Amino acid sequence: MLEVIAKIREEALARVAAATSSEELEALRVLYLGKKGELTRVLRGMGKLPPEERPRVGQMANKVREELEGALKEHRENLSRREQAERLRAEALDVTLPGRPVTRGNRHPLYQVLNEIKAVFIGLGFDVAEGPEVESDYYNFEALNLLKEHPARDMQDSFYLTEDVLLRTHTSPVQVRVMEARRPRLPIRIVAPGKVYRRDDDATHSPMFHQVEGLLVDRRVTFGDLKGTLMAFLKQMFGDQVQVRFRPSYFPFTEPSAEVDMSCVMCGGNGCRVCSHTGWLEILGCGMVHPKVLSMSGYDPEEVSGFAFGLGVERVAMLKYGIDDLRLFYENDLRFLRQF
Amino acid sequence: MRVPYKWLQQYVDVTLPPAELADKLTMAGLAVEGLEDLTPGFQKVVAGQIKTITPHPDADHLVVCRVDAGRELQLVTGAPNVHEGQMVAVALEGARLPGGREIHRATFRGVVSEGMLCSAQELGLDVSLVSPEDREGIITLPPDASPGADAAEVLGLKDVVLVLELTPNRADCLSILGVAREVAAITGVPLHLPATLPGEDGPEITGLAAVEIAAPDLCARYVARLVQGVRIGPSPAWLQAFLRAAGMRPINNVVDITNFIMLEMGQPLHAFDYSLLEGHRIIVRRAGPGEKITTLDGVERELNPEMLVIADAARPVAVAGVMGGLATEVTPATTSILIESAHFDAVSIRRTSRRLGLRSEASTRFERGVNLEGAPAAADRAARLMAELAGGRVAPGRIDCYVKRRQPVTIELRPERVNYLLGTELAAATMKELLERLHLEVRGEGPFQVTVPAYRGDLTGEIDLVEEIARLYGYNRIPVTLPGSLTAREKQTPAQRWEEAGREAAAAAGLAEVITYSFIGPRALDQLQLPEDHPWRRTVKIQNPLREEQSIMRPSLLPGLLEVAGRNASRRVLPVAIYELGRVFIPAGSPRPDEPLRLAGLVMGTTPRGWNWPAGEMDFYYLKGILESIFSRLRVGDISWEASNDYPFLHPGRAATIKARTRVLGYLGELHPEVLAAMELPARACVFELDWEAAGDQALRVPRYEPLPRFPAVERDLAVVVPATTPAAAVAGVIREAGGELLRAVALFDVYEGAPVPEGCKSLAYSLVYHLPGRTLTDAEVNAAQERIQRALEERLGASLRQ
Repeated sequence: MLEVIAKIREEALARVAAATSSEELEALRVLYLGKKGELTRVLRGMGKLPPEERPRVGQMANKVREELEGALKEHRENLSRREQAERLRAEALDVTLPGRPVTRGNRHPLYQVLNEIKAVFIGLGFDVAEGPEVESDYYNFEALNLLKEHPARDMQDSFYLTEDVLLRTHTSPVQVRVMEARRPRLPIRIVAPGKVYRRDDDATHSPMFHQVEGLLVDRRVTFGDLKGTLMAFLKQMFGDQVQVRFRPSYFPFTEPSAEVDMSCVMCGGNGCRVCSHTGWLEILGCGMVHPKVLSMSGYDPEEVSGFAFGLGVERVAMLKYGIDDLRLFYENDLRFLRQF
Repeated sequence: MRVPYKWLQQYVDVTLPPAELADKLTMAGLAVEGLEDLTPGFQKVVAGQIKTITPHPDADHLVVCRVDAGRELQLVTGAPNVHEGQMVAVALEGARLPGGREIHRATFRGVVSEGMLCSAQELGLDVSLVSPEDREGIITLPPDASPGADAAEVLGLKDVVLVLELTPNRADCLSILGVAREVAAITGVPLHLPATLPGEDGPEITGLAAVEIAAPDLCARYVARLVQGVRIGPSPAWLQAFLRAAGMRPINNVVDITNFIMLEMGQPLHAFDYSLLEGHRIIVRRAGPGEKITTLDGVERELNPEMLVIADAARPVAVAGVMGGLATEVTPATTSILIESAHFDAVSIRRTSRRLGLRSEASTRFERGVNLEGAPAAADRAARLMAELAGGRVAPGRIDCYVKRRQPVTIELRPERVNYLLGTELAAATMKELLERLHLEVRGEGPFQVTVPAYRGDLTGEIDLVEEIARLYGYNRIPVTLPGSLTAREKQTPAQRWEEAGREAAAAAGLAEVITYSFIGPRALDQLQLPEDHPWRRTVKIQNPLREEQSIMRPSLLPGLLEVAGRNASRRVLPVAIYELGRVFIPAGSPRPDEPLRLAGLVMGTTPRGWNWPAGEMDFYYLKGILESIFSRLRVGDISWEASNDYPFLHPGRAATIKARTRVLGYLGELHPEVLAAMELPARACVFELDWEAAGDQALRVPRYEPLPRFPAVERDLAVVVPATTPAAAVAGVIREAGGELLRAVALFDVYEGAPVPEGCKSLAYSLVYHLPGRTLTDAEVNAAQERIQRALEERLGASLRQ
């Protein structure tokens, strides 16, 4: 009897080892271990054995069953790993084929930059204000200390709708509107972005462009505060390494007035075509709010002071992205827009 | 303003390299735009005087000159403007001219030329700065040049010009002396003023000429000087060189002197030929209506009574402060000069020069403001130079009609105010010292009393002095601080956030943002096939547009989008899927138009096909899907789409009015074929435009939470056959109404026309989702609802169930 079992064992283990699929393994399991399997049959025939042999035969049969089961399990796992590997290999894709496109839109580069500018100033404690694009002569000029025959009106030739109504030539009228609306409350800290219009159209001028105006009015605001605020803005916008200098200049609505230059972002200040080999780029105009502007807008210049600044969004975008032609912004060629 | 460095050095002992000085000026508020090195591109060119001219024996168009160029040379030239005694520029053997040209001894039809007589062009000079005769031939050098002297030296080309970009407030720096004063203040070197008083001789001017100011509101002062016995001729080399370097063309000694003093002192002068002045009288008056004058440029100009003229006893002889008249021009025959040194009203000059389209160096200065106190000194200096350089005799005395006297300007300055505004801690003494460097007179201790010199008309208030102190102290030395006092803030208003949300949603839905000009042309409205009485035809017009295509403010964003689509298509950039969010301009009762905010979009072309997916047409439903996605993202609720043919620019069968509840938000549709043709668009295009503020009113700004379903939903399909003309929205509406609260969602998944659906009908298939929040629905309840819906569809739309 024991020989029979040994023979079954040998034969079964050999066949299991040779099996090539899980179906074959299952058939082998049924053949040897199933209800009518060979080993089961041996065990069932144990009754015919002498009682003293039974324990040994039983023990051996059980050992062989366990061994067989173990072999089956191990082999099944091997096989299934191999089969899975096979399937995965068959399912392999060409990962270099392009993906199915999701239609993607775009934000205009000017407004991306504008949002960045707004975010920096919001972080510096400014609110965002707005004003109309069509302005009265009063808000665009007079209330900003630019009287009718002021020579500085030449600097910004305007589009007129009527004698007294024009397309605003700068965002500065928003300063006046905000002060009028808020007086006598303090502080005022606003930036006012928007479209402005000047009668100029050539390679470096567009009849419509975008500015961001800034205004801060409070007690004890100093020129030093103006410097600190704008330096903080420029460093956040263009990086900590940027150098900033303030040059005396003239605007009728600020005094002292300044032009702000920053070290050229293209050459790092060594001099290149972009900065006309000076190492500096003119980036914005600013100054302390002129006492006449404060008093016309209802604030006492003896009690409060303030600063204002104006910044061209196109200029910032051109420097930020290395764009060399202003007109690209308004041509709206999709090949240009999609780069941002 | 062009400032030749050597000219500047006449008044200040500045020895800094020009670039360093330029930097200092820039940082003090006189921006130096550029440095122009005049060094010429020629070598071995010298001054020479023509001794004799003889015809060339063998060539009609050539002459042979004997020239003293330090040594005598024989030179052959074809120039038409040579004469004996003339000082010329001689390129010697071995000379190099601009462009690398080398000069050698040459033989012209058997006659040797030991060099070449040069033209301005050959020397690389600005031809506009030489006389018209010299432009045709060789350049004539000043008569005082010494033969053999380096021509570059004679022409004053060993110099550097500082090109200043002046701010409009610094009229005083429209003069070399004004800039010299700044240089002295900035660098601390002493300033030397030029001598002005002339030697005088003969009878007094008062007996020889008379001046009357008949328009004292436009002419505050008129100073006259008389110089007799002048000989008109070329100016000396130094004067010609300075004028050229400053950008003016030398003409003759008298005219050059007036220009020189204008550039030197900032006071425009005019020289009249005294003998041609009728009655030897000057009357400063308004022009008569229709009065005419021929100005120095030879143009006859019609004047009007708003313009100020200088007249003699008979006629206008100059447009005051703008340009002199031809009739009394200084000519080679002139012997007596009446010098005008006057002060005219800035506004009047500005208007006159604009009206006549005539801008001159003089009018520019008067417009900006000329020093009222400077007129006598300028007249004196002109007389002095005319005596020196033109051999004139100066009549004793001057006429000075000073009708509107300048009031001295004294400003109170509080030192603590300076520190308050600048954030500095400057000592009062430092401030005083800085102001005195500018020749301001500072008196007192606590608050200073500061008296301003007449040439600084821009300094009128305390704040102006604060700026002067700040810029001389140095902006970059002012300490950097940050403003304090932050309070609760709004950051961005709801309107601003809504605008930004629109931009983001449109971009997220697949459209590219564009920015187009706010102005369009009337033709753009014609291209939209708008009838004459269409509301968009009532536009806001620009009085002074740059061009017709930019002459009206846009009443809609559509023309801009069409232009962008056209431009991209013409560059073969397709498909186009774009949007713009911006203001349009609608005439209103008030002086200013309304500026409502619009969101508009356009799609044209097909989405690109790929290796595994087909191309898709960007049609009406594509754009509608984009809009639906925007509305859903921004929670603009209760949108309805109503077929409409109210839009002349849209396909009448493919246009919808978009409403939120009852409020009209805008339109969506395919462009009318005629618009496509007018715009030359290559493919059908669909557009929408929304009133963005109205859309904002209909939006749920903050979403409201609804609990998630805890019981399973039941899904059923329903296909109905309706007349083909029945809008799908009507079917869905009936389904929703009849379905009641059990029915949670209705989704159309198929539209079918054709057999077996009867002709003129279509089949619509919906997927319906039933659900109750509190419990599981029974089959019976769902069946009842389906039946209710079927009945309602049958009764109200004549629909039948499709089996």
